[in-house]
Amino acid sequence: MTQEEIKQTLLQRLKSIAPDTEPSQLKPDDNIRQTLGIDSFDYLQFIVALDEQFGIQTPEEDYGKIQTLKELTDYVDARVKR
Amino acid sequence: MPDNLITYRECIKQAIREALLGDERVFMMGEDVGRYGGAFAVSKNLLQEFGPERIMDTPLSEAGFVGAGIGAALGGMRPIVEIMTVNFSLLALDQIANNAATLLHMSGGQFNVPLVIRMSAGIGRQLAAQHSHSWEPLFAHLPGLRVLSAGTHEDARYMLAPALLDPDPVIIFEYTSLLNLENKLPENTGSIDISKAKVRREGKDISIITYGTGVYKSLEAATELAASGIDAEVVDLRILRPLDEETIIASVAETHRALIVEDASKSVSISSEVSARIMERCFYELDAPVKRLCGAEVPIPYPKHLEDAAVPQPAQIVSSIKNILQHA
Amino acid sequence: MLEYRMPSLGADMESGFLREWRVKPGDQIRKGDIIAEVETQKGIIEIEVFDEGTIGELLVKVDDKVPVGTLMATIIPAGEAVPVTAEKAPAAIGIPAAEVAAAEEHHIRASPLARRIASEKGIALSSIHGTGPDGAITRDDVEHAISARMAPEAKPELQKEPPTAPKEGISETKSAIPSAPVEVIPTKPTSAPGFSTETVRMAVAAAMSKSNREIPHYYLETRIDMCSALNWLSEANKQRPVRERLLPAVLLIKAVARALNDVPDLNAWWEDGLQRKASINVGYVVSLRTGGIMVPTIHDADSKSLDELMQALNDLIPRARALRLRSSELADSTITVTSLGEGGVETVYGVIYPPQVALVGFGGITEQPWAENGMLDVRPVLTATLAADHRASDGSTGSRFLTAIKNYLQQPDKL
Repeated sequence: MTQEEIKQTLLQRLKSIAPDTEPSQLKPDDNIRQTLGIDSFDYLQFIVALDEQFGIQTPEEDYGKIQTLKELTDYVDARVKR
Repeated sequence: MPDNLITYRECIKQAIREALLGDERVFMMGEDVGRYGGAFAVSKNLLQEFGPERIMDTPLSEAGFVGAGIGAALGGMRPIVEIMTVNFSLLALDQIANNAATLLHMSGGQFNVPLVIRMSAGIGRQLAAQHSHSWEPLFAHLPGLRVLSAGTHEDARYMLAPALLDPDPVIIFEYTSLLNLENKLPENTGSIDISKAKVRREGKDISIITYGTGVYKSLEAATELAASGIDAEVVDLRILRPLDEETIIASVAETHRALIVEDASKSVSISSEVSARIMERCFYELDAPVKRLCGAEVPIPYPKHLEDAAVPQPAQIVSSIKNILQHA
Repeated sequence: MLEYRMPSLGADMESGFLREWRVKPGDQIRKGDIIAEVETQKGIIEIEVFDEGTIGELLVKVDDKVPVGTLMATIIPAGEAVPVTAEKAPAAIGIPAAEVAAAEEHHIRASPLARRIASEKGIALSSIHGTGPDGAITRDDVEHAISARMAPEAKPELQKEPPTAPKEGISETKSAIPSAPVEVIPTKPTSAPGFSTETVRMAVAAAMSKSNREIPHYYLETRIDMCSALNWLSEANKQRPVRERLLPAVLLIKAVARALNDVPDLNAWWEDGLQRKASINVGYVVSLRTGGIMVPTIHDADSKSLDELMQALNDLIPRARALRLRSSELADSTITVTSLGEGGVETVYGVIYPPQVALVGFGGITEQPWAENGMLDVRPVLTATLAADHRASDGSTGSRFLTAIKNYLQQPDKL
């Protein structure tokens, strides 16, 4: 999976969790939760989606490392390839 | 014994010994229970330990000594009456059905009969048609009795104590084919609740509802099914009267399918009753018709291969379940 | 003969539009079955029956406006004989097509469970392919049919949607399954026709105006050290797969429910005086991204484990956002909890949802200086407020209640 494919998949997942937002307009360094207005419940759904889609069990202490689209894509990329 | 393994026989013996030590009103009587040590060596050496007043050999007269047991119970004792095998219990059926089971009612609630009758039952030791009966359904039909079935080492070891505490008559079925079987006892069991069935293995795809010798067979089948990705729950009824409907219904409501397994022949059996209750209570939870695997409707044959074929075996349980689940 | 009347789905509701009957005369019903869909300002609500028996007559037509209390249907109680009505007897001519279809359903081989699920989801059995014994339709077959309808256009990897996937649309697509590929993946959360965020806004407006007009509110506030609660939660979540992780909200809901056991005067309705409620049904405020709020009910919150509460939230929140709740989930709450979550403000002063008598508000958890035993420390601090009806309770009652919540949150392992 290329970085771009990962990013597109992440955006699709965000869109299905927050259907009335436009994740595709996120800039690489935007804070995802603040920009899209994703609350803790939706965020947990997204973490579950990461597990379903990529098999990544994100520990809670890593939540701070994946606040922007760029951070998130890198994070997934590093774990998918391994 | 290595790994704390214990035979089913030893479990029964320990239960009797514990009861005798714990309450001086408890005594045991039956054919050959004393000097001979029990027809199946269950009470070996108990006569030497407790003396002839508490381990009492009786004449070959089931109606006589069961009646004596009822009298002793009415008089304040806590008798354990051993009927050597279920096959001889018909000789005592008048005492059991007409006296033990009804005296509380006939006396307007004045006289409880705190009697425990143990009898061995079951098929599988080539004893032929007259000595291989599965008459659990016969006794489970009688109001006024509590009927227990010790299908596991745990129940063989721990059912007797609560049965003796029951103010009313209790029948305990034990199984000769299990006597030499070694197993571990679960830790921290202490006393068991003789009003509740027990889920011996949890599963989500189908409920195998069984009792007696069906319990270990069903557990064996469930382990084999697990290898094919089928997650079967095993419910040990263990109380055949009054049936613990709640546990049965709760299990079927989770799995939505049921297979009932018993050695007794199919017509008018425990499985007929369980099946009817499932239909009455949770029809709308069923995703497949309830199926039954029971003994064949024949006198049990003597030859080993025919005897085995007359009652459900683990392989049949496995194939029936695969069939119900349409598992190719 | 029992009467089924249009239920009130909140103090502010006067009427609703019947959009679909889920039953027909002669159908067997059990307590909790959904018999109709009613459109209110809060979306399409599935309304439930609380009797057991057989549907007699349906007295309201689809798309009629139905005031609260209107007789909608008659129910023949279980055990009474069902009269054979003229329309049920075989007619020589002119049997309506719908009735023919209904009659055919009875000849389809389907397990009782499959039949029940299909009927709950409004799916015609005739449209489902059976794979069970002798071609019988099983639960799996119905569930496959449901998922096929939910996301007919979804790409394969998107079929296993998390529970946020809006579940509406099933009943709308009963006959017509869109076959053309559609590019947009998610459906809109509010695809039910006829209402919008404005109607939700108006419903909130009506309820809150009534509250402020009629209820003499008093407010209490306390700060709660969340150190042990959050530590416990973080340890608990480390042991769990992501799908089973807990959110702080479940601790808060459970603490409120436990505190209500101690202070039952706040678990009540004010209707011609104080009416204490036996069940503790917590209404949990779910804010809609497009504005407005929904307050679904978590029934018997005091007897639910933290895992069960989390499952309840997983079930309710997506349906609340999609405006697909059941009548009992809107009308049964005995108290309301609002939690603003992290990142927001610290304190919320709520407005009580009538006829309830209390609302608990939790602000965001922020790090704050904390003095204890003569020492100063930095702790995660939560501000809890109580808005309570002064007709129903007094400050000392409220104070005991907030203190109880605070104490329960110091022992999260016992919740």
